[in-house]
Amino acid sequence: MTALLSVRDLHTRYAVGRQVLRAVDGVSFEIQRGETVGLVGESGCGKSTLGKTVLRLVPSAEGAIVLDGADITRLGDTALAPHRRRMQMIFQDPFGSLNPRQTIRTVLDTALKVHRLGDRPERERQMREIVARVGLPADALDRYPHEFSGGQRQRIGIARALVLRPALIVCDEPVSALDVSIQAQILNLLVELKRDLGLSYLFISHDLSVVRYFADRVLVMYLGRIVESAPHGTLFRDPRHPYTRALFAAVPSADPTHKRSAPPIKGELATTDVTASCRFYSRCPAATERCRTEEPLLRPIGEGHHAACHFA
Amino acid sequence: MSLLSVEKLTVAFPGQVAVRETSFAIAPGETLALVGESGCGKSVTAFSVMRLLPPNARVASGRILLEGTDLLALSPAGMREVRGKQISLIQQEPMTSLNPVLSIGLQIAEVLRRHEKVSRKQARARAIELLDLVSIPDAHRRIDDYPHNLSGGMRQRVMIAMAVACHPKLLIADEPTTALDVTTQAQVLDLLDDLRHRLGMAVLLITHDLGVVAQWADRISVMYAGRIVEQAGIKPFFAEPLHPYSRGLLGARVDVEADEHYSRNRLSEIPGSVGSALGEAGCSFAPRCPIAVPGCRIAPPPLVAHGERAVACPRVGA
Amino acid sequence: MTVDAELTPKVADVGSRAAPRKGRRLRAFLRNPTFIAGVAILGFFVLLALFADMLFPGDPMDMVAQPLLWPGDDAQYPLGTDSLGRDVLAQLVHGTRASLLVGFFAAAIGLAIGMAVGAAAGFFGGWTDTLLMRLVELFQTTPTFLLVIVILVIVDPSLPTIAMAIGVSSWPTVARLVRAQFRSLREADFVMAARSLGYSRLRIIVQEILPNALPPVIVAASVMIANAILTEAGLSFLNMRDPNVLSWGGMIGDGRDQLRNAWFLTALPGAAIAMAVLSLNLVGDGLNEILNPRSDQS
Repeated sequence: MTALLSVRDLHTRYAVGRQVLRAVDGVSFEIQRGETVGLVGESGCGKSTLGKTVLRLVPSAEGAIVLDGADITRLGDTALAPHRRRMQMIFQDPFGSLNPRQTIRTVLDTALKVHRLGDRPERERQMREIVARVGLPADALDRYPHEFSGGQRQRIGIARALVLRPALIVCDEPVSALDVSIQAQILNLLVELKRDLGLSYLFISHDLSVVRYFADRVLVMYLGRIVESAPHGTLFRDPRHPYTRALFAAVPSADPTHKRSAPPIKGELATTDVTASCRFYSRCPAATERCRTEEPLLRPIGEGHHAACHFA
Repeated sequence: MSLLSVEKLTVAFPGQVAVRETSFAIAPGETLALVGESGCGKSVTAFSVMRLLPPNARVASGRILLEGTDLLALSPAGMREVRGKQISLIQQEPMTSLNPVLSIGLQIAEVLRRHEKVSRKQARARAIELLDLVSIPDAHRRIDDYPHNLSGGMRQRVMIAMAVACHPKLLIADEPTTALDVTTQAQVLDLLDDLRHRLGMAVLLITHDLGVVAQWADRISVMYAGRIVEQAGIKPFFAEPLHPYSRGLLGARVDVEADEHYSRNRLSEIPGSVGSALGEAGCSFAPRCPIAVPGCRIAPPPLVAHGERAVACPRVGA
Repeated sequence: MTVDAELTPKVADVGSRAAPRKGRRLRAFLRNPTFIAGVAILGFFVLLALFADMLFPGDPMDMVAQPLLWPGDDAQYPLGTDSLGRDVLAQLVHGTRASLLVGFFAAAIGLAIGMAVGAAAGFFGGWTDTLLMRLVELFQTTPTFLLVIVILVIVDPSLPTIAMAIGVSSWPTVARLVRAQFRSLREADFVMAARSLGYSRLRIIVQEILPNALPPVIVAASVMIANAILTEAGLSFLNMRDPNVLSWGGMIGDGRDQLRNAWFLTALPGAAIAMAVLSLNLVGDGLNEILNPRSDQS
């Protein structure tokens, strides 16, 4: 059986003034049916752009996006429409991702109408079902987004993503804007939905602890490239790329007796100095001369485990 | 004697009380973490101490004593002497906290010249020292940079340099690393901790992240719906949180060290949202509390001391 | 979490306790004194225009009394008569119609063109944007009043052509405003969501973006009506007017010969114009406060 989503050598470029920003710079990965792939990295590493490129919300410069065996990379709006149903997105900001002037009914009904899914009573039935499924009260349909709390709005965003019954959902930092107590509610909901509806997720987050809990397989992204990928157990037990290790070391543990072992890496994500060297060269505690002159490629280093480091 | 002591502070906004009869104290040189979710009143508390509340807010009652002086009774001019000199503030957003049209050196020098009689030249020299102190490389060159030349982490370091320029006794850090990446967060918090020891200042750390608290604070005060519900030292707190809300918070958190996975464990939730407490006569956590009894809904429980720690729940404690 | 977010009491977090949007909006309108004052004056003028024939039946252009009666000279003509012996009050009341009509229609034409151009430029960007914005600049570099005069030299001035001329020359401001709104809103997450749901461009423009782009446009519209009324007055003063229609500007034009001996003939319609323009500006200010998302606690 083929993968649900297969991304091959994808590039996304932005023009920033006269410069070209390579936000996604040659990324390949697959998502199997029913799998959750975590995509982790710091802000500006290109993870959000990658998610939007896969959904064809941002144009790609090179590469291929294959959904369910169909290459959707260059499809026009009309040809793309049926594929849009198969993949949806959940956004970070529960306030900005809902149109403030539409009731929840308008939001959901428009999607069903555009895709001609059922007559009026059938659509009504589907909307009621989905609203109940994401844990909103039954009277939510006729209310406006501002009448809900942040956590509830995120449920509305999930309902909108689910209403077309997609196979793949790109979750772009779905819990980062929420309070801890609400985060757990939303994560549990996403787990239930995956189990009940057989969904696959591309789960984008900067929060390693959430990715550790939520992903089956994890991709670590740095400056537009995947630097390490592995099943979640392997990655968290045995991180091999120095950047992955540094990320782990930097996450504060809620155990005060467990002081952090490694000192944090120096500097911050630099978006400009992409040269022939390893992208992590300037911040890497273990960099050598070879790292400066030769860029390491993503290579297999174990069972399903890949890393882009000469010394992994 | 404590450095700062907040006594029964109540702050009201039109139609809503943000902070209710909140009391806490900070000893010289210690880091107290004020923890809670959005809207719990932790930032309002911090801004009350700085007396920088928005115009529609009103301190309804209470005292804020800095080494015995009630800050709430000071004249506006007197308060300006305190700000920056004895208490300073760093905020979450390093992008907007700095003036974009002035060089960072000038902005640091301005703080120095406001509170100390120094010449332009001396102020500049001190500014370079301060940039050195907050580990900004090539301080003598960076001093003429503008905020947009700097990364988020560097800007937050500049904010810290400005905050500690006049050796304040208390530094209030309001979500200082929330806008930063995790690797930068560790750098900035390590720097703050280092400066605290070197300059002998106390830190009031406002955060929602219990991991940050565990790693960088000495004591914790947990706030919920405008009240402090639990106060404790870091080690006893994380070993055994007492208040049901504290327990819920820790339980709902996914820890990077914990080997939990969705395929095996379900995260424990706190049901409902903070809004559930509206119009509640008793404990504001009661509608979400797993151990609430009808008695919890009569009157808000007071914060009761149990040895070194205190908790506002009659259903738990020693 | 930002400081602002915490310091501002949030209705949103109260969930089910929040009042329905419409009710709250209405109360916001009623609580705004600027808006109420503006609406009251404007409403008064609209009523005058609607009931002019009942209040002053007959043709206001008829000569009814001896010329140049001063206000108060004759109780039957409380505001006096002009050099041809026509009732000034009757003319003022009937003139309201032309002034308001020109104002409303000119603004409507300007809004229609401006919104279409602005929406297209802002939404599509790229060369569409460049092209349309050059066109906007072309119009904006020409003084509005001059442009109106040029148009009215080509076509004969009548009420519809005057409204059209003013509308055609006033759209660039709206276009810029709408373009700016569209540019920021097209990047909004909810527009991304609409695109990912496979909505057509037209639907995204009309249903998702436009309703959110409207508040500043509504505010601008009230000022546009005021400007159109002023422009119409200026044109009438220069004798570029519909000779069969009575308007405030025309009254000023007629009265200017008597400026030294009967100044009330220019002052009274002048005051009417000032009041109408003031009321529209008050409405605009009020709307700005009410529709401003920062004052809206939702």
